[in-house]
Amino acid sequence: MHVATSSAFKENAHHALANAGLQRALARSGGSFIARRAAAVAGLPEFESLCDTARDIKNHTLAHLDFYLEEYERKVLASGGQVHWCADAAAARAVVLAICEKAGARTVTKGKSMISEELAINDHLERHGITPVETDLGEYIIQLRHELPSHIIAPAFHLNLEDWEEAFRKSHTDLPADRVFAERRDILTEARTKLRSQFLAADVGITGANFLIAETGSSVIVTNEGNGDLTQTLPKVHIVLASIEKMVPTIEDCTSLLRVLARSATGQEFSVYTTFSTGARRPGDLDGPEEYHVVLVDNGRSAMIGTEFQDMLRCIRCAACMNHCPVYGAIGGHAYGWVYPGPMGAVLTPGLIGVKEAGQLPNASTFCGKCESVCPVRIPLPKLMRHWREREFERHLTPAAMRWNLGIWGFFARRPLLYRMATRAVAVSLGWIGRKKGRFSKMPFAGGWTEARDLPAPEGDTFFARYAREQRARALT
Amino acid sequence: MTKEAILGALRRGLRRGALPEDQTAMLRGRLERHPRQLIPARSRLPHAGQVDLFVANVEKEFGTVARVADGSDVPGAVADYLAAQNLPGNLVMAPHPELRDIPWSARPLLEFREGRAEGTDMVSVQHGFAAIAETGTLMLPSGPVRPTTLNVLTDTGIVVLRASRVVGAYEEAWDLLRAEIGAMPRNVMLVTGPSRSADIEQTLELGAHGPRRLHIVLIEDVA
Repeated sequence: MHVATSSAFKENAHHALANAGLQRALARSGGSFIARRAAAVAGLPEFESLCDTARDIKNHTLAHLDFYLEEYERKVLASGGQVHWCADAAAARAVVLAICEKAGARTVTKGKSMISEELAINDHLERHGITPVETDLGEYIIQLRHELPSHIIAPAFHLNLEDWEEAFRKSHTDLPADRVFAERRDILTEARTKLRSQFLAADVGITGANFLIAETGSSVIVTNEGNGDLTQTLPKVHIVLASIEKMVPTIEDCTSLLRVLARSATGQEFSVYTTFSTGARRPGDLDGPEEYHVVLVDNGRSAMIGTEFQDMLRCIRCAACMNHCPVYGAIGGHAYGWVYPGPMGAVLTPGLIGVKEAGQLPNASTFCGKCESVCPVRIPLPKLMRHWREREFERHLTPAAMRWNLGIWGFFARRPLLYRMATRAVAVSLGWIGRKKGRFSKMPFAGGWTEARDLPAPEGDTFFARYAREQRARALT
Repeated sequence: MTKEAILGALRRGLRRGALPEDQTAMLRGRLERHPRQLIPARSRLPHAGQVDLFVANVEKEFGTVARVADGSDVPGAVADYLAAQNLPGNLVMAPHPELRDIPWSARPLLEFREGRAEGTDMVSVQHGFAAIAETGTLMLPSGPVRPTTLNVLTDTGIVVLRASRVVGAYEEAWDLLRAEIGAMPRNVMLVTGPSRSADIEQTLELGAHGPRRLHIVLIEDVA
């Protein structure tokens, strides 16, 4: 079971900053997603308008989600599939296990799915004697290393080439020990060979869904490797795991969202494989699963509808927010302590596992606003983080020192004259002390802040004093 | 019932009951009309320009294209491609009437099996239903004449496509699908280039689990 460590965020972040391998991986990969997205956006003049369209489609769907879910179910049933409604993770795990057991499954192949991580499906299957095999290359090594993904579209974002080699040597003991991994391709080829037999032997294939389409009852997956397609085509049973907010009304609506998804995620114009699955094998078909199940999961989503966090349910999991986040870029994904990292994780995680456990995450932001500016469905992530901070404060979950300091600040902030006098005293005295160097390399009570950077010395006066002086000067001329 | 509980929770959040009749009728009308949203201008070209854009986009995504004058040139194009790549001449082919009409016997070294792909098949020949110029994307709907395994299981995927089936935007391809096939097939794959992964150090490598090579034989059937 993935025990959430989100409450230890500060400690996790310290460890992450001291982890040389992680820092190397972050430094190498950080800029590439940003550059690739920028190029893709520059190549499509309609991109920003398409983001507005994407936002509107999602808003429309959420406002009528009850209707679209029922329409969707009708269409799935009509095309020979089954829908299993699950209120929470435990219910979803039980349904997946029951389908696998009924199919007599021994091994289950899996496409990459964040909802599967959220539900902790793998542990549950293993405990009941069924072997889950992750087939996305990044998820595969994460499974070998018994880790959580550190990024929602690049699970092995935190690893370096030598980590891959080490994990493969340790796990693939049937291969010659003296084989050489000269380049990345050798890793890829070994994984391809290893997983080929698993694809063909699996009894059940489990995938996630990027979208569910009400018009047709289809589930949609988007991949580059083709593992998701092998997973859902070869076994006799296909299980789709999807949360309720994956719904979109029509194929055309889905197409509009697809136009912004890949560009925002990997910077591709379109992913290699975008696949629409509708029901089970039809008469005359030579391949495809005989059973098609959709495990439709709520797990906290319906409780966000109608609240200030409803906007978060527009998320299409592209990861642009974390790719552009200075906090994520400094500490990686594992420090966030649960399944969803970065800005989207900082908003979603408290909603799913509670503000008591995950209240630290919305504090991990400088509110620079980059995440909101790159979000293809225009989620106001900083605003939503602020809402969580307010809730955390209301429920007295904020640490005592922080509450105490906020209390002092609040006392002055409500008394403008006193506030100006106090800040002026501080600005003048700090300006005088720091007048030679113009900066402080050490500050009492702010050692953590000055450890990595200098604090510029005030220039001897406050903004208000200067503003008043300049207004007077302007009035005279 | 879990379903009723979830729907109830959604309605409580939305501060209303189940939608009234007139509103569901309106939403059903929208599903039936499936209106188009904003479509990028880039593929709004004369048809020849759309075909060129399609080819350019396929090549940008590491696929290859051989343009031939008519169906009788296909066997030669396939044989030449396989020879150039040093690949065997054993093919598994989609049982599609248009592929059967191709005079394959002109190249006796090509060996065919019709049907779905198995784990041992190295090269597949699939029938292209339609193609989208906007991003160089093939549309491959499943059915008795177009098995899905041919799209993903082999090392090399060859797709035979008529140029008249190239459209500008995805929406036009969906309209073709609705008009010619009707209800949604079990599986519709949109394929853009060969399989790849950037999971190792965020660096692109071709040939993850799907085909390492994607080759399109494009029959120029439009004057």
